[in-house]
Amino acid sequence: MGTRGFGFGMADANITVDGKKITAPAGSLLIDACKNAGIEIPSFCYYPNLSLQGACRMCVVRVDAPKMPKLQTACTTTISDGMVVTTDSEEVKQSRKAVVEILLGNHPLDCPVCDAGGQCELQDMTFTYGASESRYVEPKNHKQEQQWSPVVFFDSPRCILCYRCVRVCNEAMDVAALGVENRGVSSLIVPNGGDHLDCEECGMCIDICPVGALTSGSYRYKTRPWEMNHVSTICTHCGDGCKTTLGVRSSEAGMEILRGDNRDKSGINDDFLCIKGRYAFDFANREDRLRQPLVRKNGVLTAVTWEEAVTAVGDKFAEVKQSGGVFGVIGSPRSTNEEAYLLQKFARSTLGTNNIDHQRTADFPAFVSALAGKPEMAGSMRDAYMVPAILLLGGDATDEHPLLAYQVRNNVRLHSAKLYVVNSQEIKLKRQAAEFAQIPAGTESGVAAFLAGDDSAVAAIATAITSADAWRALRETLRSAQNLLIAFSSDLQGDGIANIAKFAGSVSGAKVICLADYANSRGVADMGLYPDLLPGYASAAKAGLDLAGMSAAAQQGKLGALLVVGANPVYDLGFAADSLNNTFVVVQDMFLTETAAIADVVLPSASAYETSGTFTNTSGDLQLVKKAGDLHGTKPDFEIIVRIASAMGVDVSTLVPLGAGTTADMGQSRGAQSGEADRSAVYLQKQGLEARVSPFDAAALFDEIQRLVPGYDVSRMNLMAGNDVRTTTAGKAAALPASRGESLRPAHDTLFSSGSLGRYSRVLNSVAENRDSKLVEVAAD
Amino acid sequence: MADLVSHPDEVKVVSRRFGLGAANLDRYLELDGYKAVQKALAMQSADIIEEVKKSNLRGRGGAGFPTGLKWSFVPKESAKPKYVLCNGDESEPGTCKDRLIFEHDPHAVIEGAVIAGLAVGARKAYIYVRGEYRYLSLIMQKAIADAYGRGFLGKNIFGSGIDFDVFWHGGAGAYEVGEESALMESLEGKRGIPRIRPPFPAVVGLWGGPTVINNVETLASVPHIMLGGGEWFANLGTPRNGGTRLFCLSGHMNRCGVYELPLGYNLKKMIYEVGGGITGGRSLKAVVPGGSSTPLFRADEIDVAMDFDSVAKAGSMLGSGGVTAIDDQTCMVKFALRIIKFYQHESCGWCIPCREGTDWIKKSLTRFHAGGGLRKDIDDVKYLAQNMLGRTFCPLGDAAAMPIISIVDKFRDEFEAHLEGRPCPHAKEGDAANALLPMLAH
Ligand SMILES: Cc1cc2nc3c(=O)[nH]c(=O)nc-3n(C[C@H](O)[C@H](O)[C@H](O)COP(=O)(O)O)c2cc1C
Ligand code: SF4
Ligand code: SF4
Ligand code: SF4
Ligand code: FES
Repeated sequence: MGTRGFGFGMADANITVDGKKITAPAGSLLIDACKNAGIEIPSFCYYPNLSLQGACRMCVVRVDAPKMPKLQTACTTTISDGMVVTTDSEEVKQSRKAVVEILLGNHPLDCPVCDAGGQCELQDMTFTYGASESRYVEPKNHKQEQQWSPVVFFDSPRCILCYRCVRVCNEAMDVAALGVENRGVSSLIVPNGGDHLDCEECGMCIDICPVGALTSGSYRYKTRPWEMNHVSTICTHCGDGCKTTLGVRSSEAGMEILRGDNRDKSGINDDFLCIKGRYAFDFANREDRLRQPLVRKNGVLTAVTWEEAVTAVGDKFAEVKQSGGVFGVIGSPRSTNEEAYLLQKFARSTLGTNNIDHQRTADFPAFVSALAGKPEMAGSMRDAYMVPAILLLGGDATDEHPLLAYQVRNNVRLHSAKLYVVNSQEIKLKRQAAEFAQIPAGTESGVAAFLAGDDSAVAAIATAITSADAWRALRETLRSAQNLLIAFSSDLQGDGIANIAKFAGSVSGAKVICLADYANSRGVADMGLYPDLLPGYASAAKAGLDLAGMSAAAQQGKLGALLVVGANPVYDLGFAADSLNNTFVVVQDMFLTETAAIADVVLPSASAYETSGTFTNTSGDLQLVKKAGDLHGTKPDFEIIVRIASAMGVDVSTLVPLGAGTTADMGQSRGAQSGEADRSAVYLQKQGLEARVSPFDAAALFDEIQRLVPGYDVSRMNLMAGNDVRTTTAGKAAALPASRGESLRPAHDTLFSSGSLGRYSRVLNSVAENRDSKLVEVAAD
Repeated sequence: MADLVSHPDEVKVVSRRFGLGAANLDRYLELDGYKAVQKALAMQSADIIEEVKKSNLRGRGGAGFPTGLKWSFVPKESAKPKYVLCNGDESEPGTCKDRLIFEHDPHAVIEGAVIAGLAVGARKAYIYVRGEYRYLSLIMQKAIADAYGRGFLGKNIFGSGIDFDVFWHGGAGAYEVGEESALMESLEGKRGIPRIRPPFPAVVGLWGGPTVINNVETLASVPHIMLGGGEWFANLGTPRNGGTRLFCLSGHMNRCGVYELPLGYNLKKMIYEVGGGITGGRSLKAVVPGGSSTPLFRADEIDVAMDFDSVAKAGSMLGSGGVTAIDDQTCMVKFALRIIKFYQHESCGWCIPCREGTDWIKKSLTRFHAGGGLRKDIDDVKYLAQNMLGRTFCPLGDAAAMPIISIVDKFRDEFEAHLEGRPCPHAKEGDAANALLPMLAH
C-alpha cells in the first residue's frame, strides 16, 4: 500500500488498458498504474498512502482478462501480467454516473455558498459524468452544522463518507480524533471525543475532504476559491520549512490572507501542514499591525512619513558613526537570507561594526565545522521520509518540528523504517519507535559521547528503563544500521555535536540534521548574523559584541545606536528596558513590541508573507519565499535597510549589486550562475538603455549570496521553479574555536505556540484557550 | 422456544436430535455425541477434508460454497494462528434454522467446529451467536462449559495431545455482521464493516490468521458426515448437492416451520404437501425461495428442484433455506417496501450505492405505496436497484437489489395498478407484508 510498496523490487507487468499497452510493477494498484500512464480513474475514497477502502465505487472498471464477473474497483485491484482492462465503456461510465447521482440525491447542493465550491471533487465528478438531472424527489436528510474546535467545523449533509478524514487523522497524524458513528444512511463522521475535538488541530482532515463537509474556522464562508490569488511560499513558523499556498484577497489594508494549504503536494511536505502553517498566518492580518513609521518626539512615539523617519535614522547613524560611537545590530531568525545577508553587510560595511547577533536557536557553527569535508553527511527533510533508519535524539519533534515528526511517522508507517527514540520524556513518537531509550533530563550530550565511543559516559545515561547493557546493545544496533539519519535537538551543542558527527561518521551512509526552531534559523546563521563569523562561518578578523556584550555595553551607557530588525531584545533576549535609555534605538517590526515601545524610531516592516527571498530550513533545504501582497504602509526589511543606507549618504550599489550605477559584467565575475537580472542589464545596455534594476529587489542580492556564501551555489533555475534545492556545508569554515560557548535560546515551540510570533496569532491563542473547554453547537445559517 | 414440526418426507440428519434434550451433554453422548470428533482425531487432516469433499456438503449460510474445497484453501503452514469461525449470526428474514440447532443440538456445533479445526490445523474456534439470540447464547455458553468440564475441550482433548479451545461471542445486532468479513471485524471488536477481498479469510482472516468460516448448519452437518461417511451424505441429495437441508417454511402456508428435506426436493411439493398449502384456501402468488435476498418466483415458476444448481438455473438462489409463500391477497408494492426497509435499516453504510441506494428506494416506495407514486418511480426504483447489483462493496447490496428487481419485473402490473387506484388496491388485513412483520422485524 505504501509508496515503497509501489514497484519496489517487483517484476514488471504488461497490461492493456482501453487498448493502450501499459507497463507497471506487478502488484501495484490498477488505479496508480493507470494514473502513471495518463489514464485518470475517478475516485473519492482512494487517497495515495492511506489505507484502501473500496467504499465509494467511483473507480469501477471492467477487467476483461482475467475475466471478472463484476465491475472491479481499480483502487483495490492489483495488476498482473496480461491483464486487460476497460475504463471508458458505457457500462463503466453509467456505473460512475449512478454513484454521483445517488450521492447528489441526499446532498444539500448548497454549492453557491459552500467553501469547496469550485474546488470540489463532487462538483468535478458531476461535471464529468453529467448527473445533473435529479430523479430524486424525496426530502433530503438534514442535520445542523457543528463546530468541533476553533478551527474545525463539520456540515454532515455535505459529507460523502469517503473516510479520508478519519484515515488521515488516524494513519498519517497518529491522532485518531475522528471516527464513524451509527450505520447505514445514518452513518456520521464524529469526533471520537464526543462533541468536540481534542486533537492537534492540524486541519489535515479539512484539506483532505473532497467536498465542503469539513471546513476551517478561519476560512469558512469568507470567500470563493476563484476570488483569491494563490501564492506559493514557505511557512514562517518553525524551522522545517513547509511549502504552503496562500489564498490571498485584496483588502482595504492592501491584502488579507484567508487560507493556507499545500493541496498540490508541492515541496518537501506532501500535503502536510500543522496548525501553524495552516492557520497561524493570521498574525499578518491583525489590525494592530504597524502601518506608519513612528518617531519619538518629546518622549512620545509619533506617526511620521517614511521619508522623515528614514532621514532621522540615517542622520543619527551617520552621526554616531562619525563620532566613533558603538553600534549594535540585532537580526532575526525569521528574516529571509537576503535580508540577513544585507543586514550583516550593512553592519559591517556601512556601519563598520561586527557587533551583530541574533537569537541563536542551535549551534550551527559547531554543526558545519563537525561536518567539514563531509558535506554528504548533512541530512534533508526528504531523507526523514525515505531513509530506512532514524535516530531522534532529544526534543519533542511533534511539537517543535511537526513536519519532521510527520515525515518520520509516515516513513515508519509506509516504508517500515526503524525509528530509535532517545529522550528524557516519553514523547509521542515513541509510538512509532522500534526502540525507546529514556535518559535522565539534560544528558543528551552524554549520549553523544557514549555513541562516539566514550564508554565511561554510559553511567550518566543509563536508567531503570535503559540499562548500560541495553545502551551498548543499542549502540551496536545503530552502528550496523544502513543510511541512518540522526536528528538531534538543540540540547546538543559544541562537543556534543562533534561527538554525534563522529559517531555518524562511523556508520555507513549516516546523515545528520541539526534541529533549530525558527523559519530561517539555519539561513541567518549561514548568512553570518554573528559577531565573530562572516557569511559561510568564516571567522571575522575581529569579533564584535554578541547579544550579551551589546546588553552590557548598553548597561554601561556605551551603546550609541541599536538597530533591531524583527527581534524583541527587551522581551526575550535579556536586555533590560531601562538599559537602553542612552541608546538610539531603531526597531523594524510588524508590531509595537516591548522593544519598539521604548525605541526612538519604529519602522513598520512587512511580514514574511509580504516579501520575497529565500529561507533555508533547519536541514539546509533552500526554498523560495514569495510575496503574497502588500500591506499598505509597511516596507520589507530589505528595502528599509537600503533606504537607511541611502539616507546615510552611502552608494547603495555597494550593498545591492544591481542598484543604480552598477554595470553588468556579462557574468565574468559571478560565474556561470549569473542571474536573470544580469542578463537583462546586458541586453538593456546594448540597446543603449540604462539598466534600472531596483536596489530593493532582494533577488538581486541572491546573486551575491550564490557567489560568495559557500554551499549556496545552487541551481537557480530549480529554485525559481519553486523546488527545494540543497545547500551544502561544503567549503564552510572548518577551524572554529573548539567551544565558542554558544548561548542558545531555543523557542521550545509547542504545536500551539511558535517562538515570538505565535503570540500574535488569534487562532493559536484561541486553540490554546479552548483546549479544555467544550464548544457549543452553532446554528447552520 | 419454537415448536417443532415434522413431515414424513423429512430425512433427519442435522435435526435428528431435535426434541431429544441433546443440549444436555450426557444425553448428547447417549445419542452418539462426540464420537465423530474422536474419529477425526485418529485421522489425517487431509483425510478429513477428503471425506467432506466426498460428501458434497455445500455451505448452508447462503452462497453454497463447497465446504471441503473451502477448507483445502487454508495454507498448511502459517506464521499466524489459524481459526475456525462458526457463523451463527442468522438474521436473514425468512431464515430460522440455526436457532433450532443452537437450542436442540449445541454440542453438534462444537463438535463440527473442532473437526473443522483438526482438518485445517486450527486450534481455536469461535462460535458467533446473533445478538438477539440471548437465550441461545446461554445454551451455547453452557454447552461449551460442559465440554470443557469433561475435557472434550481445552488441554489434551480426549487424551489426544491436542489442545483445542472454543469460545462463544455474541453479536450486537447487525444483519451485516453475518457477512463473513464483517463478522471478523466485529469479533475483533471493531465496527461491523466488511473487508476488502482478496485476501480471502482462508488466507488472511481473523487477526490476520488463516480462517475457516462456516455456517452453523454446515458445521453441524460435519459430525454426521464423519460418522456416516461422505458418500452416504452425498447420496442423500442430488449430484454436487450433498445431504439434506433445514428448510424454513413461512408466509401463507398452513403448516409453517423448519423441515429437514433432502436437497433437490421439489418446491411445489414443499409448499403444498410439506407446508400444507396456502392459508384460507387462497391461491399462491409468489415464493421467496431462499431468504429475503433471493429473487422471487411467480406461482407458475415453482416446479423447481430445491438444490443450489437447479434453483440457480431457474433464476434465483437456494440461499439460506428460507422459503416464504405469498398469497394472492398480498400487495407486492408493500412487500417490496417491507423488504427494502429491512435492507435500508441493515446496510452498514460503508459504500455509497448500498447506503444511498437502499435509502432512496425505501423513500420512493414509501411514497409510492402511500399513494404519491409517479409513473417514472417504477423505472427509477429498478434503476437504483440495478446500480447496486454487482457494484457494492459486499453482497448486501446485491441482496437488497435482487428481490426488488424481480418484484418490479414480475409484478409491474401491480405498480401500475397502484398509480390508478390509490390507495393500495390490495391493502387488506392480514396481507403478506403484515403477516411477515414479526419475521422481518428490525
Ligand atoms: C449480508 C450478508 C449476511 C450474511 N449473513 C449470514 C448469516 O447470518 N449466517 C451465515 O452463516 N452466513 C451469512 N452470510 C454468508 C457468509 O458471508 C458466509 O458466506 C458464510 O457464513 C459461509 O459459511 P458456509 O460456507 O458454511 O455457508 C451472509 C452474507 C452476507 C453478504
Ligand atoms: S485537525 Fe488534525 S488532528 Fe484534528 S481531527 Fe483533523 S486531522 Fe485529526
Ligand atoms: S468529512 Fe469529508 S473527508 Fe470526511 S468522510 Fe466526509 S466527505 Fe470524506
Ligand atoms: S453493500 Fe456496502 S453499505 Fe451495503 S452492507 Fe455491504 S459494504 Fe455496507
Ligand atoms: S476510489 Fe475505489 S472505491 Fe473509492
